[in-house]
Amino acid sequence: MIINHPLLGPRDAAEFVYKGDAALIHRPDGMAPDALEKFIDYGYLRDNPAGEHRELWFHEQGDRSWLVVTRNTLTHEITSVELARDVARREGRSK
Amino acid sequence: MRYSGWKVIKEALTGHRGWGPAWRDATPKPAYDYIIIGGGGHGLATAYYLAKQFKQANIAVLEKGWIGGGNVGRNTTIIRSNYLLDGNEPFYEFSLKLWEGLEQELNYNAMVSQRGILNLIHSDAQRDAFTRRGNAMILNGADAELLSTKQILARYPFLNVNDARFPIKGGLAQHRGGTVRHDAVAWGYARGADQHGVDIIQNCEVTGFRIENGTVKGVETSRGFIGAKKVAACVAGSSSRLMEKAGMRLPIESHVLQAFVSEGLKPVLPGVITFGAGHFYCSQSDKGGLVFGGDIDGYNSYAQRGNLPVIEDVAEGGMAIFPMLGRARLLRMWGGIMDMSMDGSPIIDRTHIDGLYFNGGWCYGGFKATPASGFAYAHLLATDRPHDTATAYRFDRFAKGRMIDEKGMGNQPNLH
Ligand SMILES: Cc1cc2nc3c(=O)[nH]c(=O)nc-3n(C[C@H](O)[C@H](O)[C@H](O)COP(=O)(O)OP(=O)(O)OC[C@H]3O[C@@H](n4cnc5c(N)ncnc54)[C@H](O)[C@@H]3O)c2cc1C
Repeated sequence: MIINHPLLGPRDAAEFVYKGDAALIHRPDGMAPDALEKFIDYGYLRDNPAGEHRELWFHEQGDRSWLVVTRNTLTHEITSVELARDVARREGRSK
Repeated sequence: MRYSGWKVIKEALTGHRGWGPAWRDATPKPAYDYIIIGGGGHGLATAYYLAKQFKQANIAVLEKGWIGGGNVGRNTTIIRSNYLLDGNEPFYEFSLKLWEGLEQELNYNAMVSQRGILNLIHSDAQRDAFTRRGNAMILNGADAELLSTKQILARYPFLNVNDARFPIKGGLAQHRGGTVRHDAVAWGYARGADQHGVDIIQNCEVTGFRIENGTVKGVETSRGFIGAKKVAACVAGSSSRLMEKAGMRLPIESHVLQAFVSEGLKPVLPGVITFGAGHFYCSQSDKGGLVFGGDIDGYNSYAQRGNLPVIEDVAEGGMAIFPMLGRARLLRMWGGIMDMSMDGSPIIDRTHIDGLYFNGGWCYGGFKATPASGFAYAHLLATDRPHDTATAYRFDRFAKGRMIDEKGMGNQPNLH
């Protein structure tokens, strides 16, 4: 698989480490009353869909940026690649 | 029909006209007491023990394709019981004992071959870890022996023990481990289950569950609705896809694992060797092909095929300790979808829906578990209590902090 890195262009997926479902960007609030339940969910349960999947890839052997890659788990086709930073900001995570 | 040497001779002399099909091609009845979803090794073994051992009746196995087309027909056929942790080792040793009697039990030649498995050691730390594991195995009634490099070379003279990065310093052997013909396991259990009245229904995909007031009433399938008192999911790599239809999210990711077979060679490799540090393991099939593999590709996949980087990694690992491999040509390679759980261990449990049960999370090691998984799942279905060797395989172990994490990797499924 080739990941089209937004800053570096097309890179071999072997340069990256796979970090799972991009929903993990949304770490629950540890102070919330239902934090325990939310963290069990966050830590252990996954959607694991057959089809389109948004997922985190870490460019360990490159510029060490985190990416959100949208990939089809049935065909391995990659349809979009974004910096995780941009996604997180857009979704209201980082200030 | 019983298979025997006499039967083979008789059929040879009479033109092989007396062999009937090994199991009936059943059509679905409107309702069953038990529906098992998934005609892989585990589903078929479950049906067999449920009927034979636990004397239940009115059982169907629903398979979306043909039986044996999933992981049971795609794995590299290794059986062993070399686990460390309490939640696992008694279960896998129970499984190995069932393998030892399986062919007599089923009257079917599954080519169970206890040719031994050897895990290579390269460092002092690894020797300590394997010593501890060997002791845990012995405490649980399994066999284990630490071998020196000299002892290893006596059996495997072709190994490169002087690799610069991973010199071979010894190994942990389980002599009762080995290989089994995987297809024959599916067929043998299917035939056995059929003989005890189980309906094996192929080309019947479960597309949904009928659940009323928190109780399962049956399943929607590509061949219509089928009612059931108890429904037992057993679909390995498809677990999340199936249970989502019952509104469940699982502690599982699906990942692809590849395997490879070389052209047929004369006997060169008498046992199973695993080179964990280099992501490589190998055995030789009775047809002569070297059967080998390594790590999962590492990303979620339902594609049943992998990518080139892992192929390169496996080939490099092989060449490092096993240089003669370079002379063999690769004949075939393929992938299967693994139900990778969050701690690397399986689940055999009830769900929050009455009458709906779940078996899955086998990662890349569920073939060896087939007999015990079937037995324990049948026990749970018939008695509503877990089998003694499977009490730890619960859904709630993640919430309760009772993970069974052999490798101590944490909740990162692609690292188990
Ligand atoms: C390359 C590879 C190498 C492996 N090597 C080993 C090894 O050496 N040792 C070892 O112990 N394990 C090994 N494994 C793991 C082992 O094969 C699996 O853990 C085990 O086979 C899973 O259980 P099963 O046989 O029941 O699964 P499967 O055979 O996959 O059975 C599941 C069945 O469910 C069916 N199904 C799915 N969805 C539905 C639906 N909606 N309706 C009806 N039916 C459905 C599927 O078609 C399939 O037939 C390996 C796996 C692979 C892929």
